[in-house]
Amino acid sequence: MSEERGRGGRGGRGGGERGGERGGERGAGRRTFFRRRRVCKFCVDKNDHISYKDVRLLGPFIPERGKIQPRRISGTCATHQRKLQVAIKRARQLALIPYVTD
Amino acid sequence: MSQPRQYELVYIVPPETTEEALADLHAQIAAIVARFEGTIDATENWGRRRLAYEIARQKEGIYVLELMTGSGEMVKEIDRRLKVIDLVIRHLVVRVDEEMRVANRRKAERDEAVAKRRVARGLPPEVAAEPGASGRSEMEEAEVNHE
Repeated sequence: MSEERGRGGRGGRGGGERGGERGGERGAGRRTFFRRRRVCKFCVDKNDHISYKDVRLLGPFIPERGKIQPRRISGTCATHQRKLQVAIKRARQLALIPYVTD
Repeated sequence: MSQPRQYELVYIVPPETTEEALADLHAQIAAIVARFEGTIDATENWGRRRLAYEIARQKEGIYVLELMTGSGEMVKEIDRRLKVIDLVIRHLVVRVDEEMRVANRRKAERDEAVAKRRVARGLPPEVAAEPGASGRSEMEEAEVNHE
């Protein structure tokens, strides 16, 4: 246990990241937030087809400003983010979703 | 030669459009589809919806969805005609058959994988012998027993 801690301290950032969720405690306030495990919503739901017609499905991926939420925040996998992006753009054309909101 | 393709057409008309005008528009599209030997598989009227932004000084619109099968030339002609018709303030044509095929294949693959795993665990390949009403009622019964 003590050995591990010592190594973590020497390893600096790398060690902290390997440690995962605990990494924040040691960073002297630098990384106090917890990195939540992000999972792709569409993979979990086993949703293969993202339709532009389903506004309620797209809604959570459009923050207030009307932009498309990036993958690093939503945790969507690459495949589904790509499909989501197309769906959102189609929905925008049909005025189901705004392009911008002020 | 080429296989017929399935398309989804959505168009928006102003909210004050009468039923007759809407039917007339549908007839016009149907005529084009018929001319190119395609078929309209389904028509869905979503009714009045708020537009997310103004189109042609309209804040609301009637959305109509048409599911049709036909050739690319047919879609080209429909697209051209809808651009000309002033009544239609916005339209979108999307090809759907390939995406559906991919989605169905994914689902089939996944179902197969599930079946394989179940067999490996010594279970019957299907989750429930009859996935219909009987399976559901069993679940409900189990829930009731819990309570």
